[in-house]
Amino acid sequence: MANSVRAKAYQNERAGNEEERWNLRLYVAGETPKCLQAFEHLKRICEEHLRGRYTIEVIDLLRNPTLAQGDQIVAIPTLVRQLPPPVKKIIGDLSNTERVVVGLNLTPIGKPKRTAK
Amino acid sequence: MAARLLQARRAMTAQTGAALTASLEKAPSGISGFDQITDGGLPRGRATLVCGGPGSGKTIFAIEFLVRGTELGERGVFISFEETLSDLTRNVESLGFDLTRLQAEKKLAVDHIHLDRSEIEEAGGYSLDGLFVRLRHAIESVGAKRIAIDTLEVLFGGLKDQGTLRTETQRLFRWLKEAGLTAVVTAEAGDSTLTRQGLEEYVSDCVVVLGQTVQDQATTRYLRVIKYRGSSHGTNEYPFLIDDTGFSVVPTTSLQLDYLVSADRISTGIPSLDAMLGGAGFYRTSTILVSGSAGTGKSILAAHLAHATCARGERCMIFAFEESPSQIERNMRSVGLDLAKWQESGLLQLRATRPSLYGLEMHLVAMHKAIARFKPQAVILDPISSFLSAGTPEQVKAMLVRLFDWLKTQNITGLLTCLTHSLQAEDVGISSLIDTWLEVRDLEVAGERNRTLYLLKSRGMRHSNQVRELLISDQGVSLADVYFTQDGVLLGSAKTAEEQKRVRNERSVEDDIAGKERLLELRRATLEAQIAVLNAEHASAAEETQRLIRSARESGQRFRRDRETLSKVRTECGRNSDGPERQ
Repeated sequence: MANSVRAKAYQNERAGNEEERWNLRLYVAGETPKCLQAFEHLKRICEEHLRGRYTIEVIDLLRNPTLAQGDQIVAIPTLVRQLPPPVKKIIGDLSNTERVVVGLNLTPIGKPKRTAK
Repeated sequence: MAARLLQARRAMTAQTGAALTASLEKAPSGISGFDQITDGGLPRGRATLVCGGPGSGKTIFAIEFLVRGTELGERGVFISFEETLSDLTRNVESLGFDLTRLQAEKKLAVDHIHLDRSEIEEAGGYSLDGLFVRLRHAIESVGAKRIAIDTLEVLFGGLKDQGTLRTETQRLFRWLKEAGLTAVVTAEAGDSTLTRQGLEEYVSDCVVVLGQTVQDQATTRYLRVIKYRGSSHGTNEYPFLIDDTGFSVVPTTSLQLDYLVSADRISTGIPSLDAMLGGAGFYRTSTILVSGSAGTGKSILAAHLAHATCARGERCMIFAFEESPSQIERNMRSVGLDLAKWQESGLLQLRATRPSLYGLEMHLVAMHKAIARFKPQAVILDPISSFLSAGTPEQVKAMLVRLFDWLKTQNITGLLTCLTHSLQAEDVGISSLIDTWLEVRDLEVAGERNRTLYLLKSRGMRHSNQVRELLISDQGVSLADVYFTQDGVLLGSAKTAEEQKRVRNERSVEDDIAGKERLLELRRATLEAQIAVLNAEHASAAEETQRLIRSARESGQRFRRDRETLSKVRTECGRNSDGPERQ
């Protein structure tokens, strides 16, 4: 599972407004339950809020330990919002949807709104 | 210097290492002095917690532990939570550590871990696997045996879930131990606990506290080993210094009273003083005190020793606390001692510091370090009484005892000068430390001040009990006998006057004798003349007598002849009348 998660970049470009592209990166370390959960949660939240305009890149640090330095990863799992700026980090298994939504500055569909935190 | 220390350290660890294999294997930290305190270094394969307040030297301790490790062939990893790589590289450059080179040579890996709480949102459970991944990667990239984490507690500030952090910290230490890494973990000192986050609960093998005390505005850094499981260690607060060669700790209080002494004698530089000291001067490695009031020539006596030491081709180090090196040079030149010459030839080092520059302990460490580097045969402290501005008499004494005990073990002769009236009571305190004590004293007699010198004590040698006058000229110091009269000791011009008086007395006695001799001669001459006259008189009288005798004899003969003639005539006349033949 880890391999497929790592290798796959999730692209979902059905419909939705094109005004903003979201690049999300999820750092994991192997197939731990927390990592799997985080991925599931993330996918769910993205489908809900960003359908069609997000990319999820999963990086397994066990495979690519050098990548941990670039985004200053300490905790696993860590979700990094690469785009839109500014960079934001959310750690944990993303089970707390509300915090993820707030953390990523997501707004419900149809009312796209970007405010600097 | 570093290499030499290193050698000594290696030798030491080789020694102690053998003895300790049974109990606990140690990894020499390579930090000067620390390995002596801990009997060989940090526990190998275990974690050591180094805690202290801000600016207490934790990072330098950690980085030096790694850099010295690379010199001992053990590669290291530095995990920095606080400073970026470029900041760190620049900061330790001043200590002589070239992190860029060490990284290029694959002896050291540095990873800066940045955590910004404002950037991080927590949404659900997590682990610190990312940290572990980075640690493992750094360790594997160089094959590290040592690791330093500075400061782990930043994690606690950067992340919110304290429960997770605690379990993860525990896991980290367990992991480090399993990996067999000798680790140094630094932590901020807490208010009531050793560390702010109670890390001491997780690191239980060795705990080192760094701190600093401020007394009278002077700071002293100190280091203390609070805990060292399975090993003996010094428990005191050891002063340490951070300078251009890194960390140095002075383990002087661990000294025993078992130094070897020398029977070798060294000149004081003043022949007449040598004569007072059994004709041979001080014992090598002895501790000499020159005490006296202001302006009695203590520094000059000290400079004589320095001059004599350098003249023998040995090294001498002067720590001056009142005068600058150039002032000392100029002053000593005025009494005929050319110290600049010895400085140029590298035999003499003059180090001038203000006593108030830093605390006593720092002075001790600084002197310790300077001496260890220069390796002089003689060390001069001029004057120790200045230290009273940096500490109490008890502290000054304690520091001097440590310094001079150490000098003895290093076979170094120590001379200290002391301004008497400022340290009168304290003199007594250090007297037990002193082997030879010269006292220079002012005597005010007949409207002038003169200097006298005497030996208060000199252990283990026959020495003069006489008070001598200390004369300072442009040829240096010389000692002269003093005069004693009913009025007391005569010095200076009074002595000169006395000398002149004596000369006058001697001269009149001589005159007297000469007069008497002349009189005698005259008498003899007169007598001889009289004898001559008498002899002459006698001669003439004798001659006269002879003449009279002769003439008497002649007249006698003539008389006899006349009688004979007469009798002949008478006989002839008788025959003519009675006898036939009458012509």
